[in-house]
Amino acid sequence: MLLEIKDLRVKAEGKEILKGLTLSVPTGQVHAIMGPNGSGKSTLARALSGHPGYEVTSGEVRYNGQDLLAMAPEERATAGVFMAFQYPVEIPGVNNSYFLKAALNAKRKAQGQPELDAVEFLQLIKSRAKLLEMDQAMLGRAVNEGFSGGEKKRNEIFQMAVLEPRLAILDETDSGLDIDALKIVSTGVNALRSPDRAMLVVTHYQRLLNYIVPDVVHVLTDGRIVRSGGKELALELEDKGYGWLDAAPAGARA
Amino acid sequence: MSTSTETVEQLATREYKYGFETTVESDTFEPGLNEDVVRRLSAIKGDPDWLLEFRLKSFRAWLQMKEPTWHNLKINPTDYQALSYYSAPKKKPELKSMDEVDPEVRKTFEKLGIPLQEQMVLAGVAVDAVFDSVSVATTFRAKLGELGIIFCSFSEAVKDHPDLVKKYLGSVVPYTDNFYATLNSAVFSDGSFVYVPKGVKCPMELSTYFRINAKNTGQFERTLIIADEGSSVSYLEGCTAPMRDENQLHAAVVELIALDNSTIKYSTIQNWYPGDKEGKGGIYNFVTKRGKAMTGSKITWTQVETGSAITWKYPSCILQGDRSIGEFYSVATTNNYQQADTGTKMIHLGKNTRSTIVSKGISAGRGQNTYRGAVKIGKNATGARNYSQCDSLLIGDRCGAHTFPYLEIKNSSAKVEHEASTSKIGEDQIFYCRQRGISTEDAVNMIVSGFCKEVFRELPMEFAVEAQKLLSISLEGSVG
Repeated sequence: MLLEIKDLRVKAEGKEILKGLTLSVPTGQVHAIMGPNGSGKSTLARALSGHPGYEVTSGEVRYNGQDLLAMAPEERATAGVFMAFQYPVEIPGVNNSYFLKAALNAKRKAQGQPELDAVEFLQLIKSRAKLLEMDQAMLGRAVNEGFSGGEKKRNEIFQMAVLEPRLAILDETDSGLDIDALKIVSTGVNALRSPDRAMLVVTHYQRLLNYIVPDVVHVLTDGRIVRSGGKELALELEDKGYGWLDAAPAGARA
Repeated sequence: MSTSTETVEQLATREYKYGFETTVESDTFEPGLNEDVVRRLSAIKGDPDWLLEFRLKSFRAWLQMKEPTWHNLKINPTDYQALSYYSAPKKKPELKSMDEVDPEVRKTFEKLGIPLQEQMVLAGVAVDAVFDSVSVATTFRAKLGELGIIFCSFSEAVKDHPDLVKKYLGSVVPYTDNFYATLNSAVFSDGSFVYVPKGVKCPMELSTYFRINAKNTGQFERTLIIADEGSSVSYLEGCTAPMRDENQLHAAVVELIALDNSTIKYSTIQNWYPGDKEGKGGIYNFVTKRGKAMTGSKITWTQVETGSAITWKYPSCILQGDRSIGEFYSVATTNNYQQADTGTKMIHLGKNTRSTIVSKGISAGRGQNTYRGAVKIGKNATGARNYSQCDSLLIGDRCGAHTFPYLEIKNSSAKVEHEASTSKIGEDQIFYCRQRGISTEDAVNMIVSGFCKEVFRELPMEFAVEAQKLLSISLEGSVG
């Protein structure tokens, strides 16, 4: 198991959002987390990436056998945990490819690999930019500055393609994307599916899952996983909404 | 989000890296200032009569003056009678090579990470090291001499080139200019002098490292740089100072004279002791820097101000000649309890004169950072143009940034633009970087460097690297 979450409880701004969440994701699989607004989907993503605004009150998270919760956000990142942000921030003055080079070399350093030189790095990002149909000019601009919503999301997946994480968490990557952008992003994500990598795709809508077909779908309501199933579960949810699950037993597992 | 605030706090608490004292024997005046002290100082320096007169009339003018109060600074009162006005290494060495420099002094430079010899050899930088008011090493002079370039201590210039000094001393910053400049005019002990003859491009960066060392000794440096017609020169000034408990006054005067079609580039890295985390101690840096630009000439001031408890400094340009150009590029950081009130004055007198001001203020901890800039367009300055950009970056929520632009335009053909912005390093930005594997400290450095890059690219290469390092040191512990 690459990721094992046991009975996780998380507070944000003093309010308990995750109320005993249990979830396992093996390497090589794509798991979707679906749920209504306010159910705790984004809280799960942020807690896993170590966002300081989210306080873990109890529970356990093991990542690749390590205690993930004991690690600083940057340690989680360099150990291969990547989160594609729902709202990527702008960092004026910091060049996009410079930023990415710093991130990649931080990771390589942590893993005892030599840093990439400028030429090697350039070759790498050019090949990855093609995958996401990124305009070269975007690489020279400041991180996310003046990017459209779609460009920001594409830039997130582009970073993921360069950083090659073992665990990728996609936090509502589909929000704010038109259908063309959604296709490009999905193509990028699918190209990164690999037996060595797991993905946790957090989404409100089934639409994304037409393009990124998950191995397992989990339904999150009120801070707990209430149902897990195959990809057809997503279609069922689209059909019936989330309401019918309210009666289902908490903590049900696939 | 409280955890993240704490991280910012922790980042801002690194100790001053250059806090140490060397134990060279000093010959120091007892504290106090009166006409007799001025005369004694002048005698020790071996001043000619005209220079003694200059000092005395400055001293008399100073007695009638008061410290300026228009700044946005909180300054503990200075007792000028409690300061000593002269301190010199006991033996004034006659040096032919670096080997003859006092080993203690050399060690000091090594601790600063600026090995003189290495610099001389590798970087081709001629260094005039000012150590407690007296120059102890002057290098590369012969090489420069072949081109007719004079680069020496101010004292030597007074002896060897009195006509040049007499002609230009006080010609840009008059002895009555302001409280601190007038005090300097009375008691300056030494400094640097540069003269570049007609049509000569100085082939290397001229560099001076200043260092304040003897206790309670105000430092009154005097620098005079003259670029004759069609010449060009780039001058670097960098400084660090040892740990100190009492406030130390530093009131330097720098005068630049750019004659027709010449270019002077003056770059400063200022890293004097800023005081401790509680705001105790630190240097008071009250400096007057001004250049006069004649027809078709250009003066560029670039400064990176990371040190000092208080910085009061406005490197300015008098654009006297037609088509002359003035530029000011500044990065000023204030952390902990540091205060800075800095900026420039661009005084357009000639026709078609141009000026550019780019000011980047960074405030962290409880630091207060003020940009104060004046653009004056005289009534004859037809076609004058100015562009000003003042950006402030805040780190944490207890610091402050202030901007005071003054415009005085007496010619209707002038074009003056002013842009200002204030931004904050957000916790969400820091987290974004950390999620990509970049530590908080590196993230802050990255954002700050990005913020400052328009200024850094104006610095000579090796200085830009040092500036970046200093900036990250001065902001350590500022983020959480």
